[in-house]
Formats: sequence, structure tokens, C-alpha cells
Amino acid sequence: MHARTDAPSETAPETTPSWPEDIFAILQRFDVRQVPYVPDAGHSQLIDRVLATPSMRAVPLTTEEEGVALLAGAWAGGQRGVLLMQSSGVGNCVNMLSLTQIFRFPFLTLVTMRGEWGEFNPWQVPMGSSTAAAFELSGIKVLRASHPQEVREVVEAAAGQVYNACTPTAVLLSQRLIGAKVFTK
Amino acid sequence: MSRANLLERPNLLERRSVVNQLLAERKEAIVVGGLGASTYDIAAAGDHDRNFYLWGAMGGAVMIGLGVALAQPKLPVEVITGDGEMLMGMGSLATVGLQKPGNLTIIVLDNEVYGETGGQASHTAGTADLVGIARACGISDARAISTMAEVEAFASAMQDVSSGPRFASIKIDSANLERVLANRDGGFIVTRIRGALGFDPI
Repeated sequence: MHARTDAPSETAPETTPSWPEDIFAILQRFDVRQVPYVPDAGHSQLIDRVLATPSMRAVPLTTEEEGVALLAGAWAGGQRGVLLMQSSGVGNCVNMLSLTQIFRFPFLTLVTMRGEWGEFNPWQVPMGSSTAAAFELSGIKVLRASHPQEVREVVEAAAGQVYNACTPTAVLLSQRLIGAKVFTK
Repeated sequence: MSRANLLERPNLLERRSVVNQLLAERKEAIVVGGLGASTYDIAAAGDHDRNFYLWGAMGGAVMIGLGVALAQPKLPVEVITGDGEMLMGMGSLATVGLQKPGNLTIIVLDNEVYGETGGQASHTAGTADLVGIARACGISDARAISTMAEVEAFASAMQDVSSGPRFASIKIDSANLERVLANRDGGFIVTRIRGALGFDPI
């Protein structure tokens, strides 16, 4: 359902990176079942993997805050989930992030960053600049991965503290990692 | 709503009677209430270990219901919320329409006002048609309910976990009733539901 159309990829590097595979393997190992997302080019490889995996339910959202509420419901029903979004979606979530403190459910979000590291589009910069602080103000722990070889251990640490200790955590996947979007006419 | 309007529309249903009827034979159902009066209505019908009360997160009731429904596809999941709460989460109807969970029912108790904040008119008092919106989002079983007989029939249809998702807008009168304060400890509410479903705390 709802597979990505073949739009030109925003940030596709010349070779397929292996870190999205690392993330996928961790999500499988932690028995993550519901994967709500607002698409982002940096998550496209992971989204395709989830869409092709029967044990996981990919749930495209109209806005990121839906995903926070969905994961609270999933936990009440006995399932774990992860929310995939880009940095500009974090501001959309702010009130709904209250649920992480109210229900103390395992909340993990993987956020691809824009508005940093060679950004072309000034409209991405304000939210990208306040992404980490917005999470921290909302009581969410923030971890960051900037290099392909550290993604595995950072996401693994995040998943561990989320699912074992119900510590709500966001992993910021740096624009340095995914590559700055190239705008051409 | 003004008294004149009430007189023009004498057939509006009474919210507590509607919710009592909806939940009288709930069986295994998990019930999610939106913040505000709908949560009080659910509490007034009787506390239950499968009640998911919301005291905030406006606009999130349908998505919480969807998360439970996808996790527990064999159980009926019923979201009972108000028009203001539904309007704030309108995009979630598109998300539900895409996922098509057979066990999910969404009921809007529509009094056309924001009752918790002084009775200001909502969009459904004017131009917004939530039934049409739900249908246009791909929820083909979307209906307006205006009689208690229809409420009774719908309550029984909600037990069918294969024919959803379904959506109903029930026009109710806008009387402000005495609050029946549901439990508001989120950790307790979620742990209790998980316990009722056989899941341990971490």
C-alpha cells in the first residue's frame, strides 16, 4: 500500500547507504510493529523496507502529531512503534508530545534533519535550529548520529532506553549523514 | 445554542442516553473518549478497565483508537468524541480511511459548540459536514444518526470487527450536564487497559 512514487529522490546518494538497513534490523529486533510516518527523502529507504515487511504496519500520516497519538494507542494495545519524520514535523507534535509524559509509553522517533550542514532552503532553518530544544522542552531525550558508522549504536541505544526503560527518545539523523538536498532548476 | 434554535430542532438526542445505549452491550470493546464532555459521558455510563479517558491531546482521540485497533484487530475499538475534538484531528480520518481497520468505529457527539469553553459555535454549526468528510476520506460506512433506534442498531453493528471502519455523527442537544469526572491518571489508565488485555507492565 502507498508505495513511494518514483519522484526524483531529494537526497539519494550515488550508492545506497547501509545505515537505513542497520536501523531496520534494530527495529525488527525490538519487535517494532507500527511505523507511522510523514515521508522524508532521508527515510525513503527505511520506509520502503517497512512497506515490504508483513510484520510491520506502515501508517502514512497527514501530520506528525497523529503519529504520537497512534503510538500511545499501539502501546495500550500491546504493540511497540516508531515515528519517522523530518525536523520540520517536530513543531507539529508539540502538544501531543504531552502523551509521552502522561502515559509514560515507549516513544521512539527517528528524525531526519534539515536546516543545517549546507542547507540551501532558508525556510528549513528555523525549525531545524530548534528541533533538539523543542524535544528537550517536551521531556524527550535527544541523541544524534552524524556519521554512517555511528547510526547503529546510536539507534540501538535509543531503542534500548525507549523499550526497556520507557524513556521517550528522539534520534536526530544529521543532514551531514543524509546529505544536503541539492536544488537544481 | 439559543433556545430559539432548540425549538427549531426539537429532535436532538440527549448525550448521556446515547452513550449509555452505545455501551450497554459493549462486551470486549475498548472505548476511547475525547477530551471534554465525551469522556464524562463514558465515565457516566460506568467505569471500565477498557476505558481510555482523555483529558488533553485534543485532536488525538481517533489516532489513539487507530493504534489500539491495529494492535488488537479482533476487538471492537470505539472512539467517542465531540465535534470540536474531531475537527482538530480531521486529518486522522484520512489516515483511518487509508488503513481501513475493520474493528474501528468513530462516533462524534455533535452539539455544534465548544461546550467546555463557554459554548462557542463550532464549524459543524455552520458549514462543515463531518459525515461527508469521513466518507470522502474513504470511510464508506459514514452516517448521520438522529434516533435512539438507530443508536441501538449501531451499537450492535460496532461489535462486528470485519466491516469497519465506520463513522457516525450523532446530533445531540447542547445542554451542559454535570461533569462525571473520569480517572485522569494516564499511567493508571494505560496500565489498566494493558492489564485487561493480558500485558504486563515493563
